[in-house]
Amino acid sequence: MNAPLLSVRDLKVHFPIRVGGVLQGRYKQLKAVDGVSFDLMPGETLGIVGESGCGKSTMGRAVLQLIKPTQGQVIWLGQDLAKLGAKQMRAKRQDMQIIFQDPLACLNPRITVGDIIAEPLRTFHPDMTSAEAKSRVQKLMQQVGLHPNMINRYPHEFSGGQCQRIGIARAMIVEPRLIVCDEPVSALDVSIQAQIINLLRDLQQRFQLSLIFISHDLSVVRHISHRIMVVYLGKVMEVADRDALYTHPRHPYTKALISAVPLPDPDQERAKQRIVLSGDLPSPLNPPPGCVFASRCPIRTELCATTPPVLEERSTDHHAACHHSE
Amino acid sequence: MSLLAVENLEVRFDTADGEVCAVNDVSFSVEPGETLGIVGESGSGKSQVFFAVMGLLAANGRARGKVRFRDTDLLGMPVSQLNTIRGAHLSMIFQDPMTSLNPYLRVSKQMTEVLVQHQHKSEQDARRIAIELLERVQIPEAARRFDQYPHEFSGGMRQRVMIAMALLCQPDLLIADEPTTALDVTVQAQILDLLAQLRDTLNTAIILISHDFGVVAGLCERVAVMYAGRIVETAPVREIFYRPQHPYTRGLLQSLPRLDADDHQELPTIPGQPPNLQSLGEGCAFSERCPLVQPHCLTDRPLLRQIAEDHSKACHRDLAA
Ligand SMILES: Nc1ncnc2c1ncn2[C@@H]1O[C@H](COP(=O)(O)OP(=O)(O)OP(=O)(O)O)[C@@H](O)[C@H]1O
Ligand SMILES: Nc1ncnc2c1ncn2[C@@H]1O[C@H](COP(=O)(O)OP(=O)(O)OP(=O)(O)O)[C@@H](O)[C@H]1O
Ligand code: SF4
Ligand code: SF4
Ligand SMILES: [Mg+2]
Ligand SMILES: [Mg+2]
Repeated sequence: MNAPLLSVRDLKVHFPIRVGGVLQGRYKQLKAVDGVSFDLMPGETLGIVGESGCGKSTMGRAVLQLIKPTQGQVIWLGQDLAKLGAKQMRAKRQDMQIIFQDPLACLNPRITVGDIIAEPLRTFHPDMTSAEAKSRVQKLMQQVGLHPNMINRYPHEFSGGQCQRIGIARAMIVEPRLIVCDEPVSALDVSIQAQIINLLRDLQQRFQLSLIFISHDLSVVRHISHRIMVVYLGKVMEVADRDALYTHPRHPYTKALISAVPLPDPDQERAKQRIVLSGDLPSPLNPPPGCVFASRCPIRTELCATTPPVLEERSTDHHAACHHSE
Repeated sequence: MSLLAVENLEVRFDTADGEVCAVNDVSFSVEPGETLGIVGESGSGKSQVFFAVMGLLAANGRARGKVRFRDTDLLGMPVSQLNTIRGAHLSMIFQDPMTSLNPYLRVSKQMTEVLVQHQHKSEQDARRIAIELLERVQIPEAARRFDQYPHEFSGGMRQRVMIAMALLCQPDLLIADEPTTALDVTVQAQILDLLAQLRDTLNTAIILISHDFGVVAGLCERVAVMYAGRIVETAPVREIFYRPQHPYTRGLLQSLPRLDADDHQELPTIPGQPPNLQSLGEGCAFSERCPLVQPHCLTDRPLLRQIAEDHSKACHRDLAA
């Protein structure tokens, strides 16, 4: 067994939220990420799927220390990242990049695309000549499907999917060992999406790149991931090998997700029986005392309302958090 | 009379490196209660067509052609007049939530403003209506979160806030640009049900721009496929999925990752690069990447032509079904 690149243990991120009036308001903790643990091997892809607002982006950012975790550890090649000084952490950043979910909001509107993509090179390779940097930028633009002669344009002059590709090129240019991909392909047409997925997999095979791949698209996640983690309200519901998760989902939420994937076939899609979840989405400010999924779960019992289930191994490397999963 | 009729629409942008031809000779119409899906290449002009319709092009952009909403010409209409139509009959859900949500204003303020200004509702009624809609798009504890700022919501919640905002005035035409990209499939399914319900009860026409062929397959009656600023194929939804006639449409459908795929091979892709909209040549814009290209494709631009009842494509060749 080789050692994990990254070990995350009991990670928690809680945001203080003011509730009540502006004057006599009190603060409540919003538990965006609430006790998540996993290992990531070199060259491995962990897919993360889950409800909007369940904490996926927050988790990705906390792993990279872009948000300070409230509790828990992020261990990078045996080193606890929280214990590193600012300077040491900066040096590590080259190895861990992120592709942000909201591309336009994250790109500086006043500098050209070429400079945006080259920015990490300037930070981490200040001695690189600008000719060399430019040729690298152009090569990457080509690889992510952007015309290299758009190099002098500004972010607002690009479409949503083109902005997304700028973010992808920028993350890849320093050849990191880990990329957190936050919904990297959801804004892209399926052909470019396929190109980017193939590109990420190719880089992975060549450089042992590890990926944390956050997406709501279960078909894409299945295609790219080795393991998949299903998250709900900041907690892990199920983790398993990709094929095991799709062929034998054990958690009711996973089952509902798989049944709701829209099929690219009008007759099948319109005839499809999906598991309809009724019940309200729980509020992260007021999480239910028992199982977080209980308000929408089709097979809940009284036990679920009072006692939170623990994440347990149900078969080899297949974990689920449910009182009643097979 | 069509609800929306677009004729020979062109959108051009001036940039430091020359003119970008983002939308080229696009024509289509939408009837009341109809659902039209727009799919196609990223950067092919899908959003800009509707920015032009809404009068929201960036400052360096210009639109030419005709856009009629019922019997009113929208292109070139003064902003004040356009505003009344936009507020009351036409709304758009934008691809990037942060472009239409003001980061410095509470969500409550942004939502009630529309109702107070356009429908002269009282502040109190406006709050009630807005919170009700937030609940319908599944924002948990809507009443409590109502007064928060956009950055305090997750990406998908911001998207749902926008959907709710677009529905506030019960528009006759809803333009939804990638409305559910950030949502998990269980919530997405609920939102799509909500849209279908609006269409069926209020006869709302919907234009859905999406990269998700599953979503289009489920909701739309007709589909238009765009490439390099043009509509290259348009047909009823079953025709597009089961009998695509344009090589680009076929390439797209073949690139889809399948949920039921056990193999994890390379995904098929369309080889080559999307064309440069600053220098579109004479011929077919897809010719560099087309497996069926012939010499005259490089010199003659194929126009959209009818190939069967209600099925058109812009391609010189006739494909075997
Ligand atoms: N302000 C601008 N200046 C110059 N070019 C622009 C501007 N806005 C958009 N473009 C260009 O116009 C083309 C069409 O953009 P549009 O946003 O309509 O694409 P789209 O089909 O919606 O793509 P996506 O699926 O990625 O959202 C793109 O190639 C883009 O680069
Ligand atoms: N800066 C912040 N302040 C307060 N609350 C926040 C902040 N950032 C995120 N949250 C809250 O934390 C929770 C998790 O948000 P996060 O963005 O991680 O969700 P997500 O799983 O990425 O969702 P999506 O799929 O919609 O992007 C949400 O309830 C969100 O409202
Ligand atoms: S623990 Fe109970 S409520 Fe939670 S998922 Fe399992 S059956 Fe459903
Ligand atoms: S016109 Fe020619 S190049 Fe264009 S899509 Fe048809 S066959 Fe291909
Ligand atoms: Mg997110
Ligand atoms: Mg767009």
